[in-house]
Amino acid sequence: MKPELEKRIVKGPDGFEFEVDPIRDYFCETPPTVMTAAYSAIIEKLFNWARAESIWILGFGTGCGAIEMRPLMTPRFDAYRYGVQWRPTPRQSNLFIISGYLSVKTLKRVIRSYEQMQNPKYVVGLGSCTINGGMYWDSYNTIKRLDDYLPVDLYIAGCMPRPEALLAGIVELKKIIRAGKAEGANIYAEKFEWYKANQKRVIHDWDMPDYNW
Amino acid sequence: MQALYHRLKALFPLGELTEQRENLVFVTVDAAHLRSLLLQLRDIEGFTHLVLLTAVDWIETGEFQLTYLLGNRAKRQDIGVRVMLSREQATMATIHDLWPTAATYQRELREMFGIDFPQSPGVNEEFILEGWNDIPPYRRDFNTLDYAEATYNDRPGRESRDPATYMREKLYGEGH
Repeated sequence: MKPELEKRIVKGPDGFEFEVDPIRDYFCETPPTVMTAAYSAIIEKLFNWARAESIWILGFGTGCGAIEMRPLMTPRFDAYRYGVQWRPTPRQSNLFIISGYLSVKTLKRVIRSYEQMQNPKYVVGLGSCTINGGMYWDSYNTIKRLDDYLPVDLYIAGCMPRPEALLAGIVELKKIIRAGKAEGANIYAEKFEWYKANQKRVIHDWDMPDYNW
Repeated sequence: MQALYHRLKALFPLGELTEQRENLVFVTVDAAHLRSLLLQLRDIEGFTHLVLLTAVDWIETGEFQLTYLLGNRAKRQDIGVRVMLSREQATMATIHDLWPTAATYQRELREMFGIDFPQSPGVNEEFILEGWNDIPPYRRDFNTLDYAEATYNDRPGRESRDPATYMREKLYGEGH
């Protein structure tokens, strides 16, 4: 446990002393809940259409695949014409692209960022490393199956996939969302215990709350 | 570089000179004379830059080999000073007061090889790994494949092929 996360007595500017337990006071420990569909199927369809057209990607590159996202933001590939954009904070984004190999150290930051994103949210695994470990299959510090730790809606195979493949993946993801099959956030809420157990099995210095949005 | 070696040989008990290139040589010295040799090289011979500090695990002889690579910018020469340490008693004197950057290298060696540098700033803090609970991963008796198989789940269906055989079969068919 890091010292800044330990329970301590703090003196306020008005001279009062009070106890602070950062894990409980600064974060939320309530587990996520399943978001039910709209009251009518036709409304849910409308929602899904709208969701598919508003994909905001978290600008977080985890591995070498992050370099494939950059050209998409340039006029040459211009991903913005597909209605996607990159955002600097998880609070404003709903798509997390895990771009390539994921070390255990980064996985911890990925989980924190994913949990801070608003529902409904989607995860795309980019590159072979997220599928079965890729060339890091025997590495001591990179995970091999991303879907053990986060619900993945779509994988893009390759090492590395070209930016065009990523564009095709985004188009495919939009189809999945419109079909109402991108239920990642709900699966995460349903199997929350299972995901947490998997995450804690590889992250040995777990020094954050179990759910921290 | 031969002249330099003979000058140093008169002052310190040095091992054989290994000439990698005409401007890159390696010498071996014992741990007790390392500091004075580094000071001589830095202050008198002009090797003012610590290029890197790294280690090799010679598990067969039970030794770690530390390499202090120093650079002379004016003469465009590099010299690597090698020190052999016992694997069991892997402790070495710190040189962070000669080059402050050495503290970072020593912290890395502490984490990845388990070589201790007492008094080096922050040497026992985590450097790259977080919550590591096995033997240091760069030691050769650490089996990275076994660790990965025990820790991370496989996805069924993954195949491995020997690239040379596979390409031969693809190009020429069976029996060639």
